[in-house]
Amino acid sequence: MSYDRAITVFSPDGHLFQVDYAQEAVKKGSTAVGVRGKNVVVLGVEKKIVAKLQEDRTVRKICSLDDNVFMAFAGLTADARIIVNRARVECQSHRLTVEDPATVEYITRYISSIKQRYTQSNGRRPFGISSLIVGFDFDGTPHLYQTDPSGTYHAWKANAIGRSAKTVREFLEKNYKEDMESDTDTIKLAIRALLEVVQSGGKNIELAIMKRDESMKMLAQEEIEEYVTAIETEKQKKT
Amino acid sequence: MALSSVLQSESADFSFNIDRSFSFGCGFGQTDLGFGAAPGDRLNFAIKASLGPDDKDGPERKIEFLHGTTTLAFKFQHGVIVAVDSRATAGAYIASQTVKKVIEINPYLLGTMAGGAADCSFWERLLARQCRVYELRNKERISVAAASKLLANMVYQYKGMGLSMGTMVCGWDKRGPGLYYVDSEGNRVCGDLFAVGSGSMYAYGVVDSGLRQDLSVEEACELGRRAIYQATYRDAYSGGQVNLYHVHSEGWTRVSQEDVLKLHHQYQEPKK
Repeated sequence: MSYDRAITVFSPDGHLFQVDYAQEAVKKGSTAVGVRGKNVVVLGVEKKIVAKLQEDRTVRKICSLDDNVFMAFAGLTADARIIVNRARVECQSHRLTVEDPATVEYITRYISSIKQRYTQSNGRRPFGISSLIVGFDFDGTPHLYQTDPSGTYHAWKANAIGRSAKTVREFLEKNYKEDMESDTDTIKLAIRALLEVVQSGGKNIELAIMKRDESMKMLAQEEIEEYVTAIETEKQKKT
Repeated sequence: MALSSVLQSESADFSFNIDRSFSFGCGFGQTDLGFGAAPGDRLNFAIKASLGPDDKDGPERKIEFLHGTTTLAFKFQHGVIVAVDSRATAGAYIASQTVKKVIEINPYLLGTMAGGAADCSFWERLLARQCRVYELRNKERISVAAASKLLANMVYQYKGMGLSMGTMVCGWDKRGPGLYYVDSEGNRVCGDLFAVGSGSMYAYGVVDSGLRQDLSVEEACELGRRAIYQATYRDAYSGGQVNLYHVHSEGWTRVSQEDVLKLHHQYQEPKK
């Protein structure tokens, strides 16, 4: 008896198979890494190899949701587009009704509740994305949250999703230091973590940072190359 | 946020008298008014009066209105002072001298009452419910701006249907003292001083001449008290007692409740 047809049916051992399969779809997506520093939050994604004739700019995996929050995802890009759209509208609705920018936790909770709703409705399938949502609340606290297709969310200091997420997470666990004061250290950690799994170095990394009270900044290719070179030099020094 | 979504599931059923044709199509089936709303339900929470052309004695069948009132609130360096009278009139008849016109929404938010008593108290209690839900969901107190916005949005859904409410939402939040005037027309205004009601002009005169930002708490209380007293002296529709509240960073405190006659002796005595 297959329990994986309908999303609204539990299996005898307590699984929602569709949600599990959605998580498998996430594991096939390109890697994304998030690190929360003291004064800066960083998101890095593995850039997919783009065909020769394809325009590079249309494949953006890091999206800003508001002035103070942005996110990256792993999994089905089309599903992510829907979530991002709804989240952007909700950020503005929050500003309208509460006259304050939404906190990172609020928008994460909103996204998670959309995802959860789709695990409990008839005729729909879950969203096949996990997302990393970062930003600053208007009182200055930085946050990093991860959501997954089941609709749960957790706060993290540093995390990775997508292909080889486990390897990257282990690397982060080994190398994350509490109270990383320097912004450069936080950025370097994110790049080093991505370099573990990305082939051919800095060319295939896309990085976005946000410092407190500033808007999101996508790093240019040259800046990323600078960091990569610095990292290589440090590695050489150690060995 | 329509009433239906606010009151989902655990609420009583509120249905309008549906055989009345409202001008903008608020008929059966168009507003989702909760479970089991059926035509002919006789629970009316709006004034049936002013909407049908065949109602000759419409305006007479009024709910007790508190337009005859004086309520005021002003900000100063130590927070917000809220002062109100306590008289309710129905035409020339004094219905009550002991009405509570300040509604305690929660330990750090106050709302004043002017207009329809039922409208004010109902919507502000609903606001209290929304504020509590906000607090539980977001793990922090709601700001005065957000609370007044929730109230204004709730009431705007019923614009033109005969609600009568002019309230001031007062509190203290992260941004400091907060004071908003919200009414059933859809106005929502932030300000440092408001007086609402038939006696408001007299109250404005007193507060405008005495208000400084650097008042002490006692001076500010006395200013509010004096303003309401002067309004009750000249306005026939205001009187009873002066209820005084002070909103500060820890929440609100009920400062005093004094009978207007006693205040009259207190103020007039030194003149003799």
